[in-house]
Amino acid sequence: MPAKPKIGFYWCASCGGCEEAVVDFAEDILGVVEAVDIVFWPCAMDFKKADVEAMPDQSILATLVNGAIRSSEQEEMAHLLRRKSQYLIAYGACAHLGGIPGLANQFSREHLLRFVFEEAPSVVNPNKVRPALDAEVKGHHLTLPELRHVVRTLDQVVAVDFYIPGCPPTPKITQAALKALLGGNLPPRGTVLAPDIALCEQCPRKATKPADLSFAEFRRTHVTHSDPEECFLAQGIVCMGPATRGGCEAACTCGNMPCTGCFGPTSRVRDQGAKILSSLCANLAPKQGKEIAEVLAGIPDPVGTFYRYGLPKSLLRRRVDLPAGNGNGKES
Amino acid sequence: MDRMSDEKSGAVGWEPRIAAFFCNWCTYTAADLAGVSRLKYEPNIRVIRLMCSGRVDPQFIVEAFARGADGVLIGGCHPGDCHYVEGNYKTLRRFEMLKRMLSDLGIEEPRLRLEWISASEGEKVRTVVNDMVARLRQLGPLDLPGRFKAWDQEMADLAHEIQQQEAAAAATAQPEVTHAS
Repeated sequence: MPAKPKIGFYWCASCGGCEEAVVDFAEDILGVVEAVDIVFWPCAMDFKKADVEAMPDQSILATLVNGAIRSSEQEEMAHLLRRKSQYLIAYGACAHLGGIPGLANQFSREHLLRFVFEEAPSVVNPNKVRPALDAEVKGHHLTLPELRHVVRTLDQVVAVDFYIPGCPPTPKITQAALKALLGGNLPPRGTVLAPDIALCEQCPRKATKPADLSFAEFRRTHVTHSDPEECFLAQGIVCMGPATRGGCEAACTCGNMPCTGCFGPTSRVRDQGAKILSSLCANLAPKQGKEIAEVLAGIPDPVGTFYRYGLPKSLLRRRVDLPAGNGNGKES
Repeated sequence: MDRMSDEKSGAVGWEPRIAAFFCNWCTYTAADLAGVSRLKYEPNIRVIRLMCSGRVDPQFIVEAFARGADGVLIGGCHPGDCHYVEGNYKTLRRFEMLKRMLSDLGIEEPRLRLEWISASEGEKVRTVVNDMVARLRQLGPLDLPGRFKAWDQEMADLAHEIQQQEAAAAATAQPEVTHAS
């Protein structure tokens, strides 16, 4: 009997939701385990980096990496897994687009560290102690990975073969991807393994989407009773559906929440945030600068709304006036 | 051109580069008129003619910055005069939001400018372009391609180290022992 193909899972800057998505296979996971050998999955099984280093290059058929890349350790693991895997797959919004951790690209590293270790309301740290890259403790030399200045997608660090989108990816598209992988039935490298259509195409509310939208105000979900069947845009609620790839089967809009964009753009769109901005803002009712500004005030945080999952992968990547690092923990 | 003034921004020989999206019916015609009238203005704009200012996708603007433009100028017909009736209103609304979003992302407000210039206002093309170039000179280069490169510098040492380790491992590797035949 020929050896089963080997599969790896790894996580970087992520919340654990993508691991949960794999567990959400429920009993279908048994079918996966029957078809493949899971050779690396630190979240669920006891593997160490040395185990991976000992494997021959390219010996893993595919590794699914979730999470953004924002530390030297994650970079190192990305390089290692790239070398050991025939296919490296960015799994989930963070590895694909930067995800929620990517919103940190609005702030400098110093700002983030100062808040987390000194200013956060739940922190007591009178001596302002921060983690050091090198420390001598009781005669032992301890080191920590460096937090990078920039949050990156997996493909901004190493070459990526395929993308499985979503926050998290649904079990259905994950299984379809694994099936394509094991059957050798793969699209060209670089493909996002989900339908290349806008979410609106899959949304049950599509029939109520007006041909001519005209926003007189934007209403926010936490202060709005939204109709469970009418198109969110017709209700004046920001929905990322028109600028977002389908494939989730409209899970959020079926749950009476607007789309927030986690599947990223379709292949025809380069910058998801600029595109939804274009679509939403062009269709305001007012024509004068002051009234336009009043309506637009209904979107208080455009970066967080339009680039919620995709700031690192956007054309600008990051707030452009922030410092860069030189890789030694120093700013350059 | 007085190149000495550029030294203030730390970039010797730097000249602002402006991507200008002009609509076919008004602003492009005005720029044409400025040329025919032999009006002299700063040579820092690269004009891209579109049928309507409403065709300016915000992606074009962001991409212009990402590829090295120091400023982006959009020129359209005055409100009420759009050849396609509504196009310039759409642009105005997008512009209002984009201005706010770009400033949240650290791009200074004078780098993006929207002007209504009718076909007869060749003089206004000159005034607007000269004024924008002067403001950009004060701001200095945006140089996003350079900044992207500087940001990724923090990965260089580690990537180099890994490369060397891999090369060393490949050099000392024994031929793989196989049990086949």
